[in-house]
Amino acid sequence: MYKGLNKWFGVFCLPTLVAFFIAFFIPLIMGFYLSFCDFTSVTDATFVGLANYIKAFTDNKEFLSSLYFTVRFAVLSVISINLIAFLLALILTKGIKGTNLFRTVFFMPNLIGGIVLGYIWQLIINGFLYPLGYSITSNPKYGFIGLIVLMNWQMIGYMMIIYIAGINNISTEISEAAKVDGAGPIRTLFNITIPQVMPSITICLFLTITNSFKLFDQNLALTAGAPGKKTQMIALDIYNTFYGRIGFEGVGQAKAVIFSVIVAFIALLQLYLTRRKEVLN
Amino acid sequence: MEKGKFSDKIWFIILLFLAVVFLAPIFIVLLNSFKTKFSISQTPFLLPSKENFAGLSNYITGINNTGFMSAFFWSVFITVFSVAAIVVFTSMTAWYIIRRNNKTTNAIYYLFLSSMIVPFQMVMFTMSKIANVLSLDNPYGIILIYLGFGAGLSVFMFAGFVKSVPIGIEEAATIDGCNAFMTFWQVVFPILKPTAITVAILNTMWIWNDYLLPYLVIGSDYKTIPIAVQYLKGGYGSVDMGAMMAMLVLSVVPVVIFYLTCQKYIIKGVAAGAVKG
Repeated sequence: MYKGLNKWFGVFCLPTLVAFFIAFFIPLIMGFYLSFCDFTSVTDATFVGLANYIKAFTDNKEFLSSLYFTVRFAVLSVISINLIAFLLALILTKGIKGTNLFRTVFFMPNLIGGIVLGYIWQLIINGFLYPLGYSITSNPKYGFIGLIVLMNWQMIGYMMIIYIAGINNISTEISEAAKVDGAGPIRTLFNITIPQVMPSITICLFLTITNSFKLFDQNLALTAGAPGKKTQMIALDIYNTFYGRIGFEGVGQAKAVIFSVIVAFIALLQLYLTRRKEVLN
Repeated sequence: MEKGKFSDKIWFIILLFLAVVFLAPIFIVLLNSFKTKFSISQTPFLLPSKENFAGLSNYITGINNTGFMSAFFWSVFITVFSVAAIVVFTSMTAWYIIRRNNKTTNAIYYLFLSSMIVPFQMVMFTMSKIANVLSLDNPYGIILIYLGFGAGLSVFMFAGFVKSVPIGIEEAATIDGCNAFMTFWQVVFPILKPTAITVAILNTMWIWNDYLLPYLVIGSDYKTIPIAVQYLKGGYGSVDMGAMMAMLVLSVVPVVIFYLTCQKYIIKGVAAGAVKG
């Protein structure tokens, strides 16, 4: 069928492809090449081999420390967001009155942009710290806690919606059968609910892990890395390397390549591991 | 039976408490937007008093200092046209990829998918240079950039749905004399409508709130709302907290209105988007 479909390529695919090549694919290839170059604008690039990659680690400790900060942040926020979101989803599928209203409220922060979220939480956290004579930038641990709280506030509702959809998808036959067999609530949770919502867990983990690693706007607005770049996450460190230091564009690009590889590796590993669990069930 | 009802009541109270905690930050910002700027940082949790009530002065300063009205206009303009472009073009592309189904279209499909995982920092420098060279660094050109960046997720979601569209209807339309373009828009797209709504919502949430991409591409000439808010902080001087609070409120209000009017679609869309993901 569709004998003449070939001649429609220009109409159906070309606009998207042109935009995709200009916005993403050509910049990606150029960016990869430029990570091996010294440059200040794209046209004056000279090949320097692996120098940028070496500089990314040796010039100062900021790249490694921001990577370490990001990993600690990601681990804590991924665990807390998914635990709380899953618990809320369990409660909100019990048929308690007001369920729709609660769902609406919990999801709302997700629609607010990262910059605005950052300033909202800066006000709140400073409101607790000022009476004690501190501010969010007096100690890196305040910024760290602030980011975790902010991220939870933003993402819990989103993940909760996905978990609710997963729990509602469990066929009534299975849960009825469990009831008939006399399974208590704990056994039902671990033997029925969790295995059945594995696809939701895969997606929620993927979304929270990649969002935590890529976090930028919230970090910029909440602390901008202060004090002394100690709350600077990896995306912000790359941004500052590019635009904050003249002559370091190549180093910034090399850091961006390393960052991309790390994110892709972790995301694909997680997809592989949790998808495998889905198949088993 | 009685016992179950009792535990439901406890859950209700816990949920109510949590809901208050979730809403409190927005409420606190709203309160502070009516206070004089020097009293905000010190006592953010107190209601405005006679001494520090600022009326609407924070809103007036904020709107004037950031050019909020023009930022609002450009945010709406860029979001509406980018989302429209994404829905129109990526749905066609996804349908073509699935129906053609050969080596080339499969390669294109995986190319689109790969873009979903790459962090923005990887391409931000080269992309903004290219946008500059091609004169895409304006509110019209950025629509093309958003189409390119939004293509990955949107093509993926449309493609997942096209697979379930029965091909028989399309064949019938072709026999009736429809060409591929007419078949797609008159027969296929109406079936894709639920996915189109999901794609539109996910992209609206992303583009409306996006900061770094528009800042790098058009930031100095045309501010969107997130850029205008961040602009208040810019420079070395201390931030006018009053104007900041007013701007935060003005940024949140359109989002809340959008959410409350399209709530059903948004929550469905997010759940549907995740299942496909």
